[in-house]
Amino acid sequence: MESAGLYSAERLRDLVRPGRVHRSLYTDPKVFDLEMERIFGAAWIYVGHESQIRSPGDYLATRIGQKPLLLVRHADGQIHLLHNQCAHRGAMVVATDCGHASEFRCCYHGWTYHTDGRLKSVPLQNGYPGHFDPTDRGTAMVRVPRVASYRGFVFGSLAADGPSLEDFLGYAATSLDDMIDRAPDGEIEIAGGVFKHGYDGNWKLYLENLCDAAHPIFVHQSSIEAAKAQSDQVASDGSGEVALRQMRQNGAPYSFWESQVGIWTYPNGHSYLGDYHDDSKLVAALNDPVFRDYIAALEAKQGPKRAKEILEVRRWNTNVYPSLSFMSQFQQLRVVHPVSLNRTVVHTYSFRLKGAPERMFEQTISFANIVNGNGSLVLTDDLETYGRIATGLSSGGAEWLEIGRGFATDLPGDHGGRKGKNSTSEVYIRNMFDAWLAYMTREPRHLAAAAQ
Amino acid sequence: MHGADEVSAADAEAFLVHEARLLDESRFEDWLGLFTADCWYWVPSQPDQASPRDTVSLIYDDRRLLETRVRRLGNMHLHAQQPRSRTSRIVTNVTLEGREAGGPIQRIRSKLLLVEFRRDQQRTFAATSWHGLVRDGGAFRIAWKRVDLVNCDGELDGLVILF
Repeated sequence: MESAGLYSAERLRDLVRPGRVHRSLYTDPKVFDLEMERIFGAAWIYVGHESQIRSPGDYLATRIGQKPLLLVRHADGQIHLLHNQCAHRGAMVVATDCGHASEFRCCYHGWTYHTDGRLKSVPLQNGYPGHFDPTDRGTAMVRVPRVASYRGFVFGSLAADGPSLEDFLGYAATSLDDMIDRAPDGEIEIAGGVFKHGYDGNWKLYLENLCDAAHPIFVHQSSIEAAKAQSDQVASDGSGEVALRQMRQNGAPYSFWESQVGIWTYPNGHSYLGDYHDDSKLVAALNDPVFRDYIAALEAKQGPKRAKEILEVRRWNTNVYPSLSFMSQFQQLRVVHPVSLNRTVVHTYSFRLKGAPERMFEQTISFANIVNGNGSLVLTDDLETYGRIATGLSSGGAEWLEIGRGFATDLPGDHGGRKGKNSTSEVYIRNMFDAWLAYMTREPRHLAAAAQ
Repeated sequence: MHGADEVSAADAEAFLVHEARLLDESRFEDWLGLFTADCWYWVPSQPDQASPRDTVSLIYDDRRLLETRVRRLGNMHLHAQQPRSRTSRIVTNVTLEGREAGGPIQRIRSKLLLVEFRRDQQRTFAATSWHGLVRDGGAFRIAWKRVDLVNCDGELDGLVILF
């Protein structure tokens, strides 16, 4: 390919240096095209949750990179991920976001498909030439080669070969465990709708911001100051209280961010940031009556010892490279959809903990509004920043972008990863670029290098 | 039953036009002053959304959060408003929708067409607005406000302006 020719492995390796990356990784459309082919075309990409396709025939529109796909539960219960393209003239077969169907029928000439993608019937079939074989897998809604579920979280890979989903997730899977284990009944479901927020910037910027403990004091200064000045004597139905706790805690001093939070990385570009709320400021504060009821429900189902273990896991954002970030403790999940070099759309979901009091889910919704809502007093300043990065980079200034904070002091971590000596280390960004380089050069040894 | 707390469509429309003007003129504190002490302000994320409690919302503010939202609009470090948005609102099709059962709140329905201009980009929002109005002496107060954007469940960039 031409793009591959311009970006030889040697050239790509030269663009990712210790503690810095070349500007072109964010500005060259050819890099973007190559990323879609080699990262989104190879890695395990989160495509949905099994609670969204509970029954045979349930389907969900989803994407890998720029490709519109269909996640379906077939009659036999098995989950398939299909290219949403008719084998005849290429029309998108299913036009709705989600639903239930016994078969899929193309609007153009009425070709119909089984819910596992196989061709079911073709009108005027005798009019096709000898080479036409309706049983050919290519004459179908083509399946994405690999789809797998980790405890209900469904991932797809456009590559026929590669590591298993479990190997890909590695230790990051424990954050998915954390989300599920918090449910007293040991089961979670997507609920409460979805946010779809967009920004005029590169897809990589999103995950690069989510474990960044050094940005809130600046990016979120307006909401921190407005929240700190807010009287608590004013009427609240509880929703504002959750939001205000969150905004005020973003204003914790550097000394706190540096020493109290923690940042850990793992192979394949994954990472998580520790929680930065103490018990009195926690979103679901320990002295909050709703949270007390929740703890009682968890203890009743899981026993006090196990409940204590579950609640002691204190993680903020977990990033699963390249496009998933979630908050296990607060039941939030974000999926990053690259649209073009400087256009990204992020879909965010909330989960209900089965067996928890319904008021607990109401707090989850209030929390979702403040951290992921299009009208959030917090998120809007992040989105503005991504756009400014895109514009700033077009200025053609500094050729190398610094991602070196904490470089000299990072420490070896557990499970093949590293950790920042200080929580404000950019170790998790460097870790993502190690994975980036491995995918882009198709040299898995760089994934191992991430663990050094 | 009749008299001082009776609301006419013309009175309601005059009030909504005044409210829209305060927002277009960036008089946000004055706008906040239109609301009652226990108000709520809601921009749902789904058409016909039944509740802000079990489903996410583009905006759902109780009085405490609404005060914070308005205060932030005056903060010099509000990056998402550098430069500031300019807005132009048309409020029309105002109808009285009756009183809430057992209370003094008059429900008003109207249509909003809102143009936002910021940094060489213009965005258009269309919505059905619902106001719950009460009389406070001679003046109206907003007990609650709900704005249903026609594109509430679409892909949207950040929303900083007030609807």
